[in-house]
Amino acid sequence: MSDVLLLSRFQFAITVFYHFLFVPLTIGLIVLIAWMETQHVRTKNPLYRQMADFWGKLFAINFVLGVVTGITMEFQFGTNWSEYSKYMGDIFGSPLAIEALVAFFLESTFMGIWLFGKDKISPKLRAFSIWMVALGTNISALWIITANGFMQNPVGYIERNGRIELQNFWEVVTNPYAWHMFVHTVVSCYIVGAFFVMAVSAWHLLRKQHVEFFKKSFKYGLILGLIAATATPFIGHKSASFAAKMQPAKGAALEAVWETKESLPFHIIQIPDPENERNIVEFLTIPKLGSYFYTHSFDGKVVGFDQIPKDERPNVNIVFYSFRLMVALGLYFVALFWYGFYLYRKNKLLESRRFLKLVMYSVLLPYVAINAGWVVAEVGRQPWTVYGLMRTAEAVSPISLSQIIFSLVSLVLFYTILLIADVYLMLKYAKKGPYTSTATKGGEVQHVS
Amino acid sequence: MSHETVAIIWFGLWGLIWTVYFVLDGYTLGTGMLFPFLAKNRQERNQLQEAVGPFWGGNEVWLITAGGATFAAFPAVYADLFSFLYTPMMLILFALFFRAAGLEFMHKDDSPIWQKSWKWAFTISSFALALLFGVAFANLFYGLKIGPSGYEGTFFSLLHPYGLLGGLVFMSLFIVSGALWVMLKTVGEVAERAYTVARPSAVVAVVTLSIFFVATSNRTSLLNNFTKFPILWIIPALAFVCALLMLLFVWQKRIGLAFTNICLTIFTLMATGFIGMFPNMLPSRINDEYSTTLFEAAGSELNLKIMLGVAIVMVPIVVGYQLWSYKLFKEKITKETAKGYQ
Repeated sequence: MSDVLLLSRFQFAITVFYHFLFVPLTIGLIVLIAWMETQHVRTKNPLYRQMADFWGKLFAINFVLGVVTGITMEFQFGTNWSEYSKYMGDIFGSPLAIEALVAFFLESTFMGIWLFGKDKISPKLRAFSIWMVALGTNISALWIITANGFMQNPVGYIERNGRIELQNFWEVVTNPYAWHMFVHTVVSCYIVGAFFVMAVSAWHLLRKQHVEFFKKSFKYGLILGLIAATATPFIGHKSASFAAKMQPAKGAALEAVWETKESLPFHIIQIPDPENERNIVEFLTIPKLGSYFYTHSFDGKVVGFDQIPKDERPNVNIVFYSFRLMVALGLYFVALFWYGFYLYRKNKLLESRRFLKLVMYSVLLPYVAINAGWVVAEVGRQPWTVYGLMRTAEAVSPISLSQIIFSLVSLVLFYTILLIADVYLMLKYAKKGPYTSTATKGGEVQHVS
Repeated sequence: MSHETVAIIWFGLWGLIWTVYFVLDGYTLGTGMLFPFLAKNRQERNQLQEAVGPFWGGNEVWLITAGGATFAAFPAVYADLFSFLYTPMMLILFALFFRAAGLEFMHKDDSPIWQKSWKWAFTISSFALALLFGVAFANLFYGLKIGPSGYEGTFFSLLHPYGLLGGLVFMSLFIVSGALWVMLKTVGEVAERAYTVARPSAVVAVVTLSIFFVATSNRTSLLNNFTKFPILWIIPALAFVCALLMLLFVWQKRIGLAFTNICLTIFTLMATGFIGMFPNMLPSRINDEYSTTLFEAAGSELNLKIMLGVAIVMVPIVVGYQLWSYKLFKEKITKETAKGYQ
C-alpha cells in the first residue's frame, strides 16, 4: 500500500472516529432535553426548565464540536478521496446535499434560536425550537447513513459514462441496509445520551447535591437507556444478519468463519488465527447457535472464507474482536439499566453508592461500543470502499506525501486542542450543576450564578 | 427539460448558494475581524457575540450546502476543486474549527489566558477565512494551473497578485459588512466604534473592488462573456453602483440602506464571477482545453432533476425560517442586558 493511501486511510479513520465522539451525544441528549422542555410546557414546573437549561448548556458545548468535525468529513471526500468522489459522486453526493438542506439547516438555525432566545421566548416556542434541533440531528443521521448504506450495499445504480450513475433514487433511499444501520445507530446514540445524563447525575447524587434535580434527570436517562439498550440486541442482530447476507466477507469475519458450514456452532471463547485460516481456540461451544445468528435457522448454511478470495477479505482480527467487544458492552448495558430500574422502583437509588459509581465509571463505555460498531461496519467492508464495485486503494486522491502529512499532523494537533478544551468545559459545567434561580413576580426565571 | 438545461440551472443554483453563504457569513466574518477592536470589555464582547450568535451557525450551513451541492450536482468539480486546492481547503477547515470554538468557548472560563486565546482564535480565523476564500475564488476567476496531466499548481501558485487581491477584496467587503451589522444590532460604544471603522473601510472596499475589476479585465478572460453579450454588463455595473451607494449611505449614516447595499455588492460581485466563468467550473489558465465545463462535470439527468426538486422545495422553507429568526431577534442589543455565549 502506498504511503499516501495508508496515511489517507489513517486520517479518515481518525477524523471519523473523532467526529463520532460528539455526534452520539448530540443525537442522544437532545431527545432528553426536548422531553424536558415538553414537560415544562405541560406542567409549568420550573424544575423542567432548569433541567433543559443545564443539560442544554452541556449539549451546546458538545454540539459545536460535532459541527466542526463534521465539516472535516464533508471536505475529506473531495480532498482525500477524489477518485471515489468522481466515480461515485452521482449517487453519493445527493444524500449529503439533502442532509445539509433538510437537517443541518434545521438543527443549526433552531439551536441558535434556542440558545439565544430561551430566556425571552415562550415555553412553547422553546420546546418547539429544541424539538426542531432534535429532528434535525436525527434526520441528518438518516441521510449520511443512506450514503454509507450505498457504500455497503450498492443499489439503484448503473455504470455509465465512466462512472456510477443514479438509476433509481427510490431504491437508494429505501436501501434496507441503510435503514437497519440508521435505526441501530440512532438507538445506540440514545444509549450514549442516557449514560451521559445518568453519569453526571450520579456524580451529584453521590455528593447529595441538587438531589431532586438529578434524581429526575437520572430517571430520564434511565428510561431512555432502558428502552434503547433492551431494543438494541434485537435491532443490532437484524442489522448484523442482514449485513452478513449482503456482504459475505464481512459476515465471515464477524464470527471468523473459515469453512462454509451448515449447523455452525457458536464459541463463546474464540481466538481466530487468520494467517492459518483457522481458529486457535474454540471454547464454550453452543452447537448450531452460529447458524441461527446468521440465518435464523439452526441448520442454515453460513458462508466461510473458503469461498472468499484472499484479496477480498477484511482484517479478521479487527472485525471479530470489535464485534465481540460491542456485543459484550451492549449486554452489560442491558444488565446495568435493568438493575438501575429495579433500584429506582425500590427507591434505593440514592443509597446504592456502588451502583452510582459504576454508572459514573461506565460513562465512556457506550462511546467505545458505538465506535467498535463502526469499526465492524467500515473495516468489515474493506478492501472495498463500495462493496463489490470499487476498492479503497483505487479511491484515493493523487496528492503528495507532504500534503497528507501536513493535514494529518495539523488535524491531530488541532483536534487534541479541541478535545482538551471540550473535556475541560464538560467536566467543569457538569460538576458546577444547575444554576440556582429565583422566580420573579412576572413569572420570569432570573439566573443567579 | 433536457440534461443540458437542468445542468445549466444547477450551475446557477450552485453559484447562488455560494453567493448567499458569502453574503451571510460576510457579516459574521467581518464582526470576527473587528472583534477585539470594537469590544473593550466583557459586556461589549457579549454584545458582539449576541449580534452574530443566533445566526452564524445557520449561516455556516450555506457553506456546507454549497459544498454538498458541488458534490451532488458536479461531482468531478467537487473532487478536483477540493483535491487541487488541498492545502487551502485544509487551511479553511482549520480556520472554521477555531472561528466556531473561539466564538462559543471565549467566555466559558474566567482565566484571562483562556479568554484572550479564544478571542484571538476567533479574530484571526475570521481574517484567515475571508482571505482564503477570496484567494480561492479569485483563482477560479483567473484560472487554475490545470495541465494535460492534471493539476500542476501548488499552494503558492495561488498567491499571485490577482489571487491576493481577491483575498483583500473579500476582507474589505466583509469588514464593512461586519461593521454595519454591529451598528444595526447593537447600541452603545460598540456601535459608535463600528461607525468609526465603517467610514474608512467603506472607502477601502470601493477602492479595492475597483482595482479588482480593472485587474480582472486586464489579467483574466473572465469578462469575455460580457463582451459577447453586452446586456450582461449590467451585473458588474450594479456591483460598482451598489458599492458607491453603500459608501454614500455609510457617510450619511443611513445604516440599513448601507448594509443592504454591501450585501448587494457582494451578491453582484459573485454573480459577475460566476457569469464570467460560464460554462467553465474549473478553468485552466494554461489552456482552455484543460478546463472542466459544467456539462462535463454534471451529474446524471435523473440525479440533477431529483436534486432540483429537493432544492425547489427546501430552499424557500429554509429561507423562510431563517428570515423568521432574524425577526425574532430584531431588538437592539444593549450593553447592560447582553449575555453572549455564557
